[in-house]
Amino acid sequence: MKILVTVKRVPDPETVIKVNPGGTGIVTDNVKWVVNPFDEYGIEEALRIKEKVAGSEVVLVSIGSQAAQEQLRTGLAMGGDRAILVKTDDAVEPLAVARVLAKVIETEKPDLVILGKQAIDDDANAVGQMLAELLAWPQATFASKVELGADGKSAKVTREVDGGLETLAVPLPAVVTADLRLNEPRYASLPGIMKARKKEMKEIAIGDLGVDVAPKARITKLETPPKRTAGRKVESVQELVKLLHDEAKAI
Amino acid sequence: MSNVLLIAEHVHGKFPKTTLVGLAAAKDLAAKAGGKAVAAVLGQGIDALATELTTYGVDVIAVDGAGFAHYLADAYTAAAAELIKSKGFEAVVVPATTLGKDLAPRLAARLDAGFAPDITHILDAKTFQRPIWAGNVIQTLEIAGTPRVLSVRGTAMDAAAKGGSGTVEKASITAAGTMQFVEFAETKSDRPVLTEATIVCSGGRGLKNGENFTTYLEPLCDVLGAAMGASRAAVDAGFVPNDLQVGQTGKVVAPQLYIAVGISGAIQHLAGMKDSKVIVAINKDEEAPIFQIADYGLVADLFKAVPELTEEIKKLKHS
Repeated sequence: MKILVTVKRVPDPETVIKVNPGGTGIVTDNVKWVVNPFDEYGIEEALRIKEKVAGSEVVLVSIGSQAAQEQLRTGLAMGGDRAILVKTDDAVEPLAVARVLAKVIETEKPDLVILGKQAIDDDANAVGQMLAELLAWPQATFASKVELGADGKSAKVTREVDGGLETLAVPLPAVVTADLRLNEPRYASLPGIMKARKKEMKEIAIGDLGVDVAPKARITKLETPPKRTAGRKVESVQELVKLLHDEAKAI
Repeated sequence: MSNVLLIAEHVHGKFPKTTLVGLAAAKDLAAKAGGKAVAAVLGQGIDALATELTTYGVDVIAVDGAGFAHYLADAYTAAAAELIKSKGFEAVVVPATTLGKDLAPRLAARLDAGFAPDITHILDAKTFQRPIWAGNVIQTLEIAGTPRVLSVRGTAMDAAAKGGSGTVEKASITAAGTMQFVEFAETKSDRPVLTEATIVCSGGRGLKNGENFTTYLEPLCDVLGAAMGASRAAVDAGFVPNDLQVGQTGKVVAPQLYIAVGISGAIQHLAGMKDSKVIVAINKDEEAPIFQIADYGLVADLFKAVPELTEEIKKLKHS
C-alpha cells in the first residue's frame, strides 16, 4: 500500500497572530513553525497502516518555501519514508494546491491520500475535497476511523459529521481527510530524527509541473476583528443568577 | 443570468437553521448581483420538502431519486454541477455544515470556480469576508470570475423567514458515483441542536472527565433547555464526541446566552462563540483568557458552582 500524506508548514497553534500594518499578511517575526496539527493525524494514520500492511510506503508532500523542508523532516522523523517539496514562495490557493497534488499523484500513483481536514492558517478546509474531484476519486472527509478492506482495494471510513458518526465505503484509491479523533500522533524518536536526515527529499519547482496555479480569488484585505470587551466579575452564584435575570434578561 | 443557487440541506424531513441562513445569504447575494435566488433540494421522496421551501418565497428545483437518499459527495457534486451548468447560475451557496464543507470545495473544483469558504459577510456580488487564523484575522476576498462557490457560516445572518411563494421544478438527474453509504450512528439527545439553541452550556478540560459532563453539565443544560457544547481540549481528551466541539474547527454558535464552564478560552474556542449575546464564564483560574470576553465572570470551583447554579435557576423558574 502506497500512502501519500500532505504536510503544511504553519505557525504553532499557540502563536498570537497579528496582522501587519499594511493589512497584507501576518507578522511572522518570532513565530515558531510546526506541522499543521491536522496533518500530524494524517501522518500518524499512514504510519499505522504501514505497520499493518507489509511493503507499504509513506510519501510526504509539502508545497511551500524551502523552509517547509523542516516540517517534512519532522514527518520523516516520525517514520515517513521519503518526501517531496514542491517549491514556491507565493501563497497558493486551495484549488491550485489540489492541482499541484493531482500532478504529483499522476507520477506517484498512491493507493490512498491522507490530508488534514484543514490547515490552521487559512482555515479553508478545501484541498482534500478538491483533490478528490480533480482525480475523480471518492472522498471521506473528517475521518475518525479508517478500516482497510482485506483485499486492499477498499476502505470503510467513519466520519465525524453533524449529529453523529457516518460510515462510508469507498473503493481505493481514495482521499481521506483527518479529524481530531482519528488517532494520537506519535512524537519523533531520537533515532527517528537521526534516520530522517538520510531519507530522500526531492525538490520540484512549482513552475516545472506545468500546472495552472493562478488564483481565482484576490485577497484585498486582512484586518483584526473587533474585540469583545470584558464585563464584570461576580462574587457568587446568587449574584450571577440575579444579573442574568434582571440585567441581561437571558434567563 | 445572475441567479444564485442554494443547495438546501435537510435533516429528518426539515430544513435546519443553517439552511435557512444559507437561504437568506443566497437572497442577499442575488439582490446584490441583480438576480434571484433559487434553491435545490436533493433527496428521495422530497416533494413535501420542496413545496415547503417555496413558502420562503423561493423557486425550488427538486432532484429526487434513490441515489440521492443519502448525501454522498461524488453523486451530489455531479448533480449540482449539472444544474449549475445547464441553468447558468452565477453563484452557489452551501451552508457551512459538515455536509456543506464536504460538498462545496468539491463542487468548486468540478466547476473550476472561485471558492470562498465559511463566509460571514457578503460585501457585494463578488466580495466576501471570512475569519481565518482561528478567528484572529478577518480576510476580505474578491472573486472576479463566475461561477462562484460560497459556504456560509450559520451565524452569518438571520435565518430567512417565511413569506412569498415559489414554484417547484423537477429535474431528472441520475445519481452517479462510487461512494457508498454504510450507516449513520446518530447521537441521541433530547436537548436542542447546538447550532439552533438559544442557550448553550459548554464544558472544558476543567470538567476532568466525561462522567462529569453528565453529572455536572447536563443538569444545568436541562434546567435551562440548553444545548451542550465542549471545548476542543475536552474533545481531544475524549470526554465527549467531536460533534459537541465549539470552535473554529468545530461548530460556530451565537446563542442568546453562552455559559463556559471550566474552559480556559483558547483562541480557537473563542472563534466559535464570541458572537454570543451574553457570555458567562465559570473558571477557578482568574487569569483564564475566557474572562477577557465574558460579560459575567465567576471565579469559582465549578464542581461547587455548577450544582449551585442549577439549583438557583430551578428556584427562579419555580418562583
